[in-house]
Amino acid sequence: MKGFRYLEGVATLELDTARCIGCGRCVEVCPHQVFRVEGKKAVVVDRDACMECGACALNCPPAALKVDAGVGCASGMIHEWLREKKLPGFSGGGCCG
Amino acid sequence: MRWVAAGSGRAPQIGGTLTLADHLGACLARWGINRMTFMVPPGLYAIGAPDSEAPVVVTANYKMSYDIVRRALCGRNVWLLVLETYGINVWCAAGKGTFGTGELVRRIENTGLAQVVSHRRLILPILGAAGVSAHRVKQRCGFEVAYATVRAADLPAYLDQGAATPAMRELRFNWYDRLVLVPVELVLAAKPVLPVTALVYLVARLFWSADVAAAAALALLGAVFTGIAVGPLLLPLLPGRSFAVKGALAGVVYCALLYALAGGAGWGVAATLGCFLALPAVSSFYTLNFTGCTTYTSKSGVKKEMRLGLPVMAAALGAALFIVVAGRLLV
Repeated sequence: MKGFRYLEGVATLELDTARCIGCGRCVEVCPHQVFRVEGKKAVVVDRDACMECGACALNCPPAALKVDAGVGCASGMIHEWLREKKLPGFSGGGCCG
Repeated sequence: MRWVAAGSGRAPQIGGTLTLADHLGACLARWGINRMTFMVPPGLYAIGAPDSEAPVVVTANYKMSYDIVRRALCGRNVWLLVLETYGINVWCAAGKGTFGTGELVRRIENTGLAQVVSHRRLILPILGAAGVSAHRVKQRCGFEVAYATVRAADLPAYLDQGAATPAMRELRFNWYDRLVLVPVELVLAAKPVLPVTALVYLVARLFWSADVAAAAALALLGAVFTGIAVGPLLLPLLPGRSFAVKGALAGVVYCALLYALAGGAGWGVAATLGCFLALPAVSSFYTLNFTGCTTYTSKSGVKKEMRLGLPVMAAALGAALFIVVAGRLLV
């Protein structure tokens, strides 16, 4: 995204080129222009721009893409941790309901 | 309510002009008022007088999403298929899976869309792709999914050209995009922050004086505000990529301003150290929390920031508390 870069080297995105059929869905769904189709195969051109939304993996017909998808939301994660630890008083919450 | 024939049934016809009430509702929702009930019934709606050839645009039933889409499509003949996302916007609902393959297929069946239109093509927002699997939709009900644009405002151009330009597919996060997110964050933070501030005030009032208590409470509120509002607004200007670091730096600047403008020379060593340790930690936490509002931070990145940042924030708060208490006992 123009003017914004997040941490480098953390994205869990993986592309299995052997499985790729070059349909270009990943290019269509990625709002951060992480992919390009070159010579009938998708390539990852900007892995560090990946926000791990999971759209590419979900929309990849041959399941050539893998990513540990989820919402990068600190308060959501804290609530999740507290819920897992079963601390009282932290049942609801999260940023967008 | 006017109705339009839709296959064997009918669909409500909706306008593309937003009324004062629509704007007011959106304004209140931005401040967290009635936000979780700001929704429209899911189903099929007619914008203009769509026929069986008219395009089908899909959106969420958060009223703000629905309003933005129908305003963008004002003056056209389009079917609007609204999914049940329980009043959550497309992006967040896709993350939760409610703007998802299952709901889309179900809604297509419920509304009898296959009888309403002769084509088999749906137009979805790009940010909905995190919840919808296009090839599974095709398998399950025969409809082809096209992910059109990020912003609803680009839909008319997309419909005219039949394809999206690179600019229509790109996310942006400008100053105004960030500003509108701040009010609800302030409101959400008030719930935990106000009791803590009251506690700080009471303790300081008990062991120091009314003036010190008021100053400490205000300083804390200022640090929270810096983390929630100043950090996000100055996001691209603050150095580094880590939100925790950006927030901490904003907090240090806030402390320095406080020191310069609020008689820092008379604070004493313990209070000064306490301020410079605790307040940036608070700002840092709240700016890190803003990662939940952005569309470019990844789960792995936020996890890493939290693993490294939360212990540092806790240590800074602990050290500040220790110094201030020690200063009280020793002096």
